[in-house]
Amino acid sequence: MKKSTQTFGMLAAASITLGGASLAYASGGDATVSVKAMADALHLVMDSDRTVYTKKIVNRLVKKEKVIKASEHFEDDKALVLPAQMFRFGSEMAMKRAEKLDDVNFSYTLQSLWPINKQNAPKTEAEKTGLKFVADNKGKNYYTTEKLGGKNYFTAVYADTGVAPVCVSCHNKHPDTPKKDFKIGDVMGGVVIRIPIEG
Amino acid sequence: MNINELTAKWLLWLVLTMIGATWLGYTMYSDSTDKSIFMPGALSPGHHQLEQSCDTCHADSFGDGEVLQETCIDCHGKDRVKPFDSHPSKKFKDPRNADLLEKIDALSCVTCHTEHRAEITAKDGVTQPVDFCFYCHQDIAKDRPSHESMGFETCKDSGCHNFHNNRALYTDYLIKHLNESPMLSKMILPEKELVSTLDEVVDYPRETFPVKQLVEVDIDAKEQSASHEEIKSDWLETSHARSGVNCTACHVAQQTETSDETLNGWDDKPDHSACASCHAVEVERFTDGKHGMRLKQGLSPMTPAQSLLPMNSDASHEQLNCNSCHDAHRFDVNEAAVESCLGCHEDEHSLAYKKSSHYDLWQKELSGESEEGTGVSCASCHMPRIDHDVSEWMSRTIVDHNQSANLSPNTKMVRTSCQHCHGLEFTLDALVDGKLIKNNFSTAPEKYIRTMDLANQENERRKKSASQDEDADMFGF
Repeated sequence: MKKSTQTFGMLAAASITLGGASLAYASGGDATVSVKAMADALHLVMDSDRTVYTKKIVNRLVKKEKVIKASEHFEDDKALVLPAQMFRFGSEMAMKRAEKLDDVNFSYTLQSLWPINKQNAPKTEAEKTGLKFVADNKGKNYYTTEKLGGKNYFTAVYADTGVAPVCVSCHNKHPDTPKKDFKIGDVMGGVVIRIPIEG
Repeated sequence: MNINELTAKWLLWLVLTMIGATWLGYTMYSDSTDKSIFMPGALSPGHHQLEQSCDTCHADSFGDGEVLQETCIDCHGKDRVKPFDSHPSKKFKDPRNADLLEKIDALSCVTCHTEHRAEITAKDGVTQPVDFCFYCHQDIAKDRPSHESMGFETCKDSGCHNFHNNRALYTDYLIKHLNESPMLSKMILPEKELVSTLDEVVDYPRETFPVKQLVEVDIDAKEQSASHEEIKSDWLETSHARSGVNCTACHVAQQTETSDETLNGWDDKPDHSACASCHAVEVERFTDGKHGMRLKQGLSPMTPAQSLLPMNSDASHEQLNCNSCHDAHRFDVNEAAVESCLGCHEDEHSLAYKKSSHYDLWQKELSGESEEGTGVSCASCHMPRIDHDVSEWMSRTIVDHNQSANLSPNTKMVRTSCQHCHGLEFTLDALVDGKLIKNNFSTAPEKYIRTMDLANQENERRKKSASQDEDADMFGF
């Protein structure tokens, strides 16, 4: 198993620990951050990238300029990938690249209590509790630990908010959506980040 | 028994044991010996040609499952990526799916494709029970009530699902192709794209062989070969002469560290590696398929005698390389598309081809009566023109020289071949009809499968559920 926490020199100054020493890790002389800070930083980057893609590419070209569609079947439909797919493809690529790095190990998924694709519904207890928590407590994140497949994980859940008209209209109109009354600014789901920990 | 007799027997035992050990050791470590004596059981039909080459899969004598997995991916990995695998490893590597892995290890190819177990090996080399979908999808009827009464043994090979390649079978695709005619209004294959995209082929040897029309005086062969009238006229009539591909382009090894790029390096019978200097993708795909897989492993070329299918006995010992189908110097692609195949293949399907309407269309194309791409040769279906990623950043329409790639399950042929001419419902019905496969699709399908009915029901459900908001269209739903 890879090391339980990661070295993030750039975030050395922001070193925070959560839940005591079990989640913190000191590596040689390198500056370190806690798993919580690492998860928060990862989320900040992934959320910003997807927001840029949603606003500057999808919403602009689909909704404002109306020059191209966005489609789940983007290859067959010769269309833009959906923001959720862009996020998932990035997640899959990151996981694959992390396999080759000894001291980098994490995974992340986009889930929802109202998923269009049922595979993106919360599955573990941590996911179920976390997604409900971030939906009920706007502006707050949810942190916990869990054991999956015999391994321990630090699990963080962040609210995923409908930031653009395309997020809301697409989810409300999709034939497989279980919820049709989302509004801009609503929590529509959550990002779940997992980092393996020791113990 | 006295002591001398006992000693003699022990000595005999020792000598025989040493002879046996030496023979086994030689057989195992020599490159040229048949190693099938070590096989714990026969290989599956997909791998039987490699029984002399244990280390193709067992790359490390002491390697564990990871080594085996890597060798599977070495040969089959790219076919798992492009047709968007519906059960990719990335899905199962996510920790939240750890519970599924406890039911069945979907990260390891050998979980479903165990080798050397002929007694339990079914179609497509599958060694799991035919209802294996049950492991993870036992609750499918909750999500899809239409599946309530269906048995799990019917998921696969019924024209409904394909574990790895659902490209022609996913619900939205079925809905998109509802109510199509058996014969589409436009029935034509996509155009090949090598010539039109040549400028973008980075490693094409354009400096040595610039693209231009060559004539007789340009011939750069050895004198003896250059004076061969038949070879000369054959070459002058081909696209090779029209495109600046001179004799030395094939007969003198190009651009390798050890190559002598003068006439001293002349090779009278260049092999597939010579073709690869311009047709790298085609050669790579050829060596990925059953015709060329032995070449990829450094074994002697495949012969029809090694095939498990009925073959023309006169061709039993022909060796399969590029020139087997593309006669040297003429490289006639029309001959390669039919007559070359039928020179060897004598199974029921192949023998029925010339009585089929597909063949009639092929004859019309050859005679010029109909447009190029409207005839249906063996290659139209088995070596389809596919959009292939020739690099990470570029794709082009190639003739897929891996003729095994879309064979089985045959729903892999739906998009690569059948749908250029036929509606989806007709195609799916035809592909599950064994009688049609034998008579080479000479009659109409007699089987009927419910796939499109279910898609239609789902479409109706969606129409009711969807709002009339104009945005719905905007997103391609």
